[in-house]
Amino acid sequence: MSETDYNQIVQLLCDRLTSLSKVPEVSIAPETNLITQLSIDSIKLLNLIMEIEDTFDISIPINALTDIQTVGELAALVHKIKSAS
Amino acid sequence: MNLLEKLDAAATARKSLLPDGVGAFGIPIEEVYSATEARIGDRRVLLLGTNNYLGLTFAPECIQAAHQAIDKEGTGTTGSRMANGSYFGHRALEREFADFYQCSNGIVFTTGYQANLGTISGLVGPGDTVLIDGDSHASIYDGCILSGADIVRFKHNDAADMEKRLRRLGNRVETTLIIAEGIYSMLGDQAPLAEIIKIKKQYGCILLLDEAHSLGVLGETGQGLVEKTGLLNEVDFITGTFSKSLCSIGGFCVSNHPQLEQLRYVSHPYIFTASPSPATIASTRAALELLRKGSHLREQLWKNCTQLYTQLKQTGYQLGPDPGPVIAAILETPQQALLMWKSLLEHNIYVNLILPPAAPEGKSLVRCSVNAAHTSEQIQYVGDTFAKLYDLVNA
Ligand SMILES: Cc1ncc(COP(=O)(O)O)c(C=O)c1O
Repeated sequence: MSETDYNQIVQLLCDRLTSLSKVPEVSIAPETNLITQLSIDSIKLLNLIMEIEDTFDISIPINALTDIQTVGELAALVHKIKSAS
Repeated sequence: MNLLEKLDAAATARKSLLPDGVGAFGIPIEEVYSATEARIGDRRVLLLGTNNYLGLTFAPECIQAAHQAIDKEGTGTTGSRMANGSYFGHRALEREFADFYQCSNGIVFTTGYQANLGTISGLVGPGDTVLIDGDSHASIYDGCILSGADIVRFKHNDAADMEKRLRRLGNRVETTLIIAEGIYSMLGDQAPLAEIIKIKKQYGCILLLDEAHSLGVLGETGQGLVEKTGLLNEVDFITGTFSKSLCSIGGFCVSNHPQLEQLRYVSHPYIFTASPSPATIASTRAALELLRKGSHLREQLWKNCTQLYTQLKQTGYQLGPDPGPVIAAILETPQQALLMWKSLLEHNIYVNLILPPAAPEGKSLVRCSVNAAHTSEQIQYVGDTFAKLYDLVNA
């Protein structure tokens, strides 16, 4: 997968997160923090992960999320798993 | 923010979410009168929010057994199952559980929470995978986290979704443990066990089923969903708790895989905690006997479940898909649920209030748990009160 793929993933995440976020006024960028800025609750985030798994036909273990804070970090994780699959 | 400030921030967030909701959690029960009644504040309330499914909390057989055990063996074992905490009763109860499930092996844990922690973390480790229902109980999630295995969730009770995720694991399926529950505690719905088993066999995985809420409730002798579906021999490991239909505290795992025994040597939640007290073990043994021959209790329980489920459904409440002892009215907002919960308490009915994210899909629940000791009049009163409050909460 390439740089463009990474950017596509970021875009997709931003779109989905916009509809899930409890804080509509925050515009979402790779640096945006999922919890502190968007107030995405844990269950919503886990359900989003299921959706992403389906979109990219990959498996994202939820324990891999412990180190993820920002949209960009989540995109990088998806990108890494997709590239390896 | 330091550690204590973080807790303060969390407390502030919690209170601002539902300013009047503070009293709803951890409500003080001042006195317990019976399996169905207690005192909260100065109210004598009807208990519709306990897990006392067979109504055995005051069964004379269990009380007497507990008394005898205290007199004979003291109040506590003061030690781990691995050291000085395996008395005759602990070993006997393990044999009795194995016998009940027609299995070769059984292990008793100190709580049901630890049964899941200990079994899951004993079966899988880093590099392995657990494929779990998205609505799994916290003890299952925590067991998975403790194990260090990769955790993948499938959509609640959706076997096709489970298969899709299993397929993506490729050759990792060989080291994959699938986990489901007999009855789910939030909405009271049952796992699609036959479909799950068909898939797990096709892929060659191991299946663990937590019968916490179904033990004593489903099946002719109360084994749970495995008995109701006739699939006992297809499930690899069954866990469960003593804290619901058996009315004490503790947990178990049974299996026909002799490897279960190895868990005693590797499972920290089994080893690094004291074993259940002699009285606990004794009352559990007596309760298990009552449970096994308790078809009349199950009959009464199901009569009560059907009565309440039907009445709430007819009134217009949105409920979980399967009638059963766990009957949850699904409300759109936490405010509605809190209003309902408070109004029920004002009518001397105690139920459980469950708010997001604990309830699935951002819903809020007012959950009733029905038991075999409820009288038809008590159930009728609960149903009538729900009917009376319908317009209030749906206004
Ligand atoms: C599905 C499930 N598993 C396990 C447990 C844990 O049981 P215990 O109360 O014995 O720790 C519970 C109880 O809350 C439960 O609902």
